[in-house]
Amino acid sequence: MRRLAIMLLAAGALSICAGAAWAQIKIGVTISTTGPAASLGVPQRNSIALMPKEIGGQTVEYLVLDDAGDSTKAVANARKLIDESNVDALVGSSTTPASLAMIDVAAEKQVPMISLAASARLIGPMDVQRRWVFKTPQNDSLMADAIAVHMAGAGVKTVGFIGFNDAYGDGWLNEATRAFAVHGIKLVATERFARTDTSVTGQVLKLVAAKPDAVLIAGAGTPAALPQKALHERGYAGKYYQTHGIANADFLRVGGKDVEGTVLPVGPVLVAAQLPDDNPIKAVALDYVRRYEAANGVGSVATFGAHAMDAGIILQAAIPIALKSAKPGTPEFRAALRDAIEGDKELVLTHGVSTMTPQDHNGFDQRARVMVGIEGGAWKLLP
Amino acid sequence: MDADIALILLQDGVVNGAIYALLALSLVLVFAVTRVILIPQGEIVAYGALTYAALDEGRLPGSVWLLGALGVGAFLAGLFADRRVLARGAVLRLALETLAVPVAVAALAWFAAPRKLGVAIEALLTLAIVTPMAPYLYRLAFQPLAEASVLTLLIASIGVHLALLGLGLVFFGPEGYRAQGFSDARYALGGVVIPGQAVWIVGTTLALIAALYLFFEYSLAGKALRATAVNRLGARLVGIGTALSGRIAFLLAGLIGTLSGILIAPLTTVYYDSGFLIGLKGFVAAIIGGLVSYPVAALAAILVGCVESLSSFYASAFKEVIVFTIIIPVLLWRSLRGEAGEEE
Repeated sequence: MRRLAIMLLAAGALSICAGAAWAQIKIGVTISTTGPAASLGVPQRNSIALMPKEIGGQTVEYLVLDDAGDSTKAVANARKLIDESNVDALVGSSTTPASLAMIDVAAEKQVPMISLAASARLIGPMDVQRRWVFKTPQNDSLMADAIAVHMAGAGVKTVGFIGFNDAYGDGWLNEATRAFAVHGIKLVATERFARTDTSVTGQVLKLVAAKPDAVLIAGAGTPAALPQKALHERGYAGKYYQTHGIANADFLRVGGKDVEGTVLPVGPVLVAAQLPDDNPIKAVALDYVRRYEAANGVGSVATFGAHAMDAGIILQAAIPIALKSAKPGTPEFRAALRDAIEGDKELVLTHGVSTMTPQDHNGFDQRARVMVGIEGGAWKLLP
Repeated sequence: MDADIALILLQDGVVNGAIYALLALSLVLVFAVTRVILIPQGEIVAYGALTYAALDEGRLPGSVWLLGALGVGAFLAGLFADRRVLARGAVLRLALETLAVPVAVAALAWFAAPRKLGVAIEALLTLAIVTPMAPYLYRLAFQPLAEASVLTLLIASIGVHLALLGLGLVFFGPEGYRAQGFSDARYALGGVVIPGQAVWIVGTTLALIAALYLFFEYSLAGKALRATAVNRLGARLVGIGTALSGRIAFLLAGLIGTLSGILIAPLTTVYYDSGFLIGLKGFVAAIIGGLVSYPVAALAAILVGCVESLSSFYASAFKEVIVFTIIIPVLLWRSLRGEAGEEE
């Protein structure tokens, strides 16, 4: 009896090991499922669970590690995934600093890497290292242009800016300053705040004193609601603009009635159901939303998770092409995979339509962003 | 900057400073009695805020399960510590303290959470859920090390901080929450509008400081704590249990931390990891008070709040830098005066 049990156990253990070994393609994922960027990393992890387990007749295994938003940890994870598991591609990380740090590893080991972070610095200016790096989120410049166009159309002449005291705020300040100058909009006040601040009274007083027509708040997630609430408290009556960093249901919950009427640019997946039927993105985005909510509950979908899904769709399109010229697990396959991703033409993702070139490793155009307003506690597609 | 803006900024500074003052007081208290620099105090604040916000929304807060787990941990740690002298009465008392309390609190929370019984009940329930965690943590992590050096205790304290941070993510999730205020009233006072929540915060702080004064001055437990703070060995010789003193100190710190959390929950969005920075500012104030003086620490906390508020107006990009720079001249002055000799 005892011997039988041991044999059964051994057989079970063997089959588990074998199950891992059978996977012919390995995708290494390092994302921030804990730490300050957890609200990005958690929906991304949930999205990875929805990715196809078989591509081009080969089984695919996803090895997901957590880097807690820490650059050092992200690099260690990337090395571990490549050295110990011999992955064919890297996905991650969730934040710009962690992704920037991973570029060296991806280039050194010649593994294609698809980042889920937003900064344009990840993929430009193009050089020998960034040849291996792709990213799925839209460039900030695309979003900043959309805001400037909307402001100009709404008759806004002066803008106050309040942004995160980190790379996200810096990036947006640069892009917004450039976009505003193009459209003849004047930046009259620039303030910064931190994600962990309990009060932004000082900054808000200064913004109100400058009397701008509109205020642009550049923050990610629910902390971006704090300045808007404080502005309301001080009786600021101008227009509010936010960035796509806030696009999840928790922002609406925390912001409540104080964020009504806010305008922001965002990837079309957020308002997939409201897109016109002839938009090719609608079907792909709706399919993702349906599958995500089936697995994680109604209303749980966030645009951050969709960036991970887009990485999955890109791999799904590129792997069959790479398989024609090389076997998975070899340097040749990784190089072929990189070339295949770079060759994407009019690939429909949840966030837009991507056409990669050797110079542009994001590939999104105007179709990758829509303007959205907050009305009645929900996202509303603006024409 | 005109007078109006200055007044608004100062008011903001005093309100935030009042929270830092509460934390500074609890840090001084715990350090004086147990020599532990209580870094996890920030997590207690965040737990308090998140638990209160969850109850406010009518959900059962995840901290109920954490309380149960910590209770079981404290029970086992207690059994292990007293394994040579176990008597039935002692085990029963221990079980009552570490097992019955979480069960009773959880049952109460399970009953009360969906019914939304009002701000006062929710605040009391939050205190009941989060406060006992602090003495359980003492039993688990610090009591076995009670005689170790300050450095060892500091390392243990950082360990507890990191563990609580991770547990916070597990039990509350990555997103932040914000609760309704105690009062939507607004009072006009010489051109400045003072929100009701600000009155609550400053009032609670003053009341708590008064209560602490009375406790230390007139109650037996308070005097025992003071005796332990002055001289641990001497206190033991006259029959004061230092372990009990430690638990009482942690209980008080837990109470103050939870209360701070409840007070800030309506002011800002609180995340599982928000507490650390808030606690750190309380720590700056406590350091200015030399980790011994309650009144200096409380005043320094108000100063920290005002500096923070003014620097957010003049140079918002450097706010935290300015706040934490305050500590450098203080440390210089203290070390130049030369009285901060190594006591170990």
